[in-house]
Amino acid sequence: MSVPLLEVEGLRTHFFTKAGVVKAVDDVSFTVSKGEVLGLVGESGSGKTMIGYSIMGLIDPPGRIVSGRIVLGGRDLRALSPEALRQLRGNRIAMIFQDPMMTLNPVLRIDVQMVETILAHESLPRAAAMERSRAALVRVGIPSPDERLSAYPHQFSGGMRQRVAIAIALLNNPDLIIADEPTTALDVTIQGQILYEMQKLTRETGAAMIWVTHDLAVVAGLADRVCVMYAGRIVEEGTVADVIERPVHPYTQGLLDSVPSRTARGVRLKPIQGMAPSLADLPLGCAFRDRCGRSIDACLGAPETRMVGDLSRGRAVRCHNPLPPVAVLE
Amino acid sequence: MNTVIAPALGLALAVDECTDPILELRGATKRFVRPLDAAARLANALGGSAKEEVVHAVDAVDLAIDPGEVVGLVGESGCGKSTLGRLAVGLLGLTSGQRWWRGRPLTALKPAAARAQQLKMQMIFQDPYASLNPRLRVMDIVGEAPLAHRLIGRKQQVEYVGLQLNRVGLDPTLMRRFPHQFSGGQRARIGIARALAVKPEFLVCDESMAALDVSIQAQVLNLFMDLRATLDLTYLFISHDLGVVEHISDRVMVMYLGRIVESGPTEALFTKPNHPYTMALLAEVGKVVPGKRAFIPIRGEVPSPLSPPGGCHFHPRCPYVMPVCHDVVPPLVAIAPGRRSACHLNAEATPR
Ligand SMILES: Nc1ncnc2c1ncn2[C@@H]1O[C@H](COP(=O)(O)OP(=O)(O)OP(=O)(O)O)[C@@H](O)[C@H]1O
Ligand SMILES: Nc1ncnc2c1ncn2[C@@H]1O[C@H](COP(=O)(O)OP(=O)(O)OP(=O)(O)O)[C@@H](O)[C@H]1O
Ligand code: SF4
Ligand SMILES: [Mg+2]
Ligand SMILES: [Mg+2]
Repeated sequence: MSVPLLEVEGLRTHFFTKAGVVKAVDDVSFTVSKGEVLGLVGESGSGKTMIGYSIMGLIDPPGRIVSGRIVLGGRDLRALSPEALRQLRGNRIAMIFQDPMMTLNPVLRIDVQMVETILAHESLPRAAAMERSRAALVRVGIPSPDERLSAYPHQFSGGMRQRVAIAIALLNNPDLIIADEPTTALDVTIQGQILYEMQKLTRETGAAMIWVTHDLAVVAGLADRVCVMYAGRIVEEGTVADVIERPVHPYTQGLLDSVPSRTARGVRLKPIQGMAPSLADLPLGCAFRDRCGRSIDACLGAPETRMVGDLSRGRAVRCHNPLPPVAVLE
Repeated sequence: MNTVIAPALGLALAVDECTDPILELRGATKRFVRPLDAAARLANALGGSAKEEVVHAVDAVDLAIDPGEVVGLVGESGCGKSTLGRLAVGLLGLTSGQRWWRGRPLTALKPAAARAQQLKMQMIFQDPYASLNPRLRVMDIVGEAPLAHRLIGRKQQVEYVGLQLNRVGLDPTLMRRFPHQFSGGQRARIGIARALAVKPEFLVCDESMAALDVSIQAQVLNLFMDLRATLDLTYLFISHDLGVVEHISDRVMVMYLGRIVESGPTEALFTKPNHPYTMALLAEVGKVVPGKRAFIPIRGEVPSPLSPPGGCHFHPRCPYVMPVCHDVVPPLVAIAPGRRSACHLNAEATPR
């Protein structure tokens, strides 16, 4: 594999609240290469969105990146000035949010928002910026783009709004797109349309993508590699085929067993017992311990990330007693 | 609306083949009128011609559910699933049509008898966060209705609520807590306990899973299946999530813009969908199988229920659309034993 486009190493993003320190992201490392789609899955509240926000430099107090490196195309993002980071955002990196209104301004016409986004990063004649905006709407499959350009966000359906938000995110051909559950709130047929557009766009532009989702079926069909998160940490990482067909972390296994479509109709599911711990009050050792059917004495100590099986495939697990069949290399 | 009603081909077959349904809706229709806002009224006073908007949320739906059956109801947002669920349990009145309970029209009952029947049908709501009164303790959330309907006395409340909580897998010692002190999955259980506390026979579960994590959702799904077996419950199960519906339902109904477009036994419907909309919907249900797949979208937006397209509501998005689809409403007709579909293709060519 070539030099990765994005390298996140030992990232810790904590929130210092009255109730204690919330370790939203706790020692997270991963890489994304050019043209690659990385799926980020895990339970609600496990820190997926905060990883995206950390990369984008959007963490606000009481939150803070406590330690770690975020390197994009050789540049350390944490060392950049706020102004330089702002230049990078919406230009080299773009984030698509679950709620498109995080991107869209309700009181501005679509064309104004799009043209501003382009001109903020590039000096271009207005007409050229307008033409590029129009092309971006066409690219995400919005019919009659000329009329749509002069509309306001509220005049669009939810699916259309999300497509406009995607079009804006892609305006400056970013190298990296962070998509935070952009289809979760949409109807299935509309979700299909958006997945189709995103797949096409990344193929065409070679952009790398981090796709955050709850939906294992979407990850299975879209991503090259997956990181599975639990309580602020990546507990398993590998190719989609490895992680989904041969999960080694008990949490991943539990997650897969919980999906109804994987089991026969009417058969009892095998859910994970209990619920996720509070991030402000994590148990010592492995955070999954209380819910885990494979826990052993060693689990009272925090597990380190270990590589599993074929190293070249970047397979890793953070568990004292991972599942067979793949042998663990120390 | 300017649609022509199709010749009453399907009408003789209109009611599902169930022999002795517990609940039945015949020609159930619900229209909502959105009143004019102040600005529109003012404009009208000045000679404008703004009209009230009418939503056909549920349009002549026939539904019959057998005792012990689990019927899944799927369809896109705004197609009328929750409205149909509310009509079924009587939380909303029908604009037109009839409701039958165990072979008798509910309108024929005296008020007291109707109230007693009413308790037999309960709804479990979409959002476990919004549907529990934050100011009430669990004890009162669950105990309120049984007390009000004199199923129990005050003295029995603690014991009775404890029993209900046990049944849904919650620790009865927590009954003095408030809803915000529970997780999403626990709150879903409280909502279920509240519905079960009045000893219902028929439950409408409206997307009670949507707000839950997959691992918690699986716990609640198991609970639903256990309760069905132990309490002999009948369910109408409403969800966006086709995987969940496939897992739990005996029979599935597919809804599009207020109408049932297809219904049939779960397995048959999922393996061989008949209606083009069902096909589109199922094509999008990803299986958790690795390997990049090409997402093939169905074109077009979900149309506004305020001005649904004429003829077959699905025709602007349908890959097989024919001239007849623009003007004529396709009737919901039997296409195989236990299966119905509302598509003109079924009249066009014989079996597909
Ligand atoms: N401003 C804040 N103050 C305190 N804690 C916060 C704050 N913002 C986020 N958190 C905590 O950080 C943790 C991670 O949140 P994050 O939004 O990243 O989760 P997520 O994995 O994206 O969940 P979901 O799937 O529900 O979107 C959560 O436990 C959350 O409560
Ligand atoms: N009380 C009401 N007044 C006016 N319109 C209503 C009312 N309740 C529902 N509607 C409309 O009726 C239609 C059907 O709504 P309903 O809530 O039944 O849809 P649904 O299929 O349950 O959607 P979802 O999947 O989003 O829950 C929608 O267009 C909705 O806006
Ligand atoms: S009736 Fe016509 S438009 Fe409707 S689904 Fe069938 S073929 Fe498509
Ligand atoms: Mg999130
Ligand atoms: Mg609903």
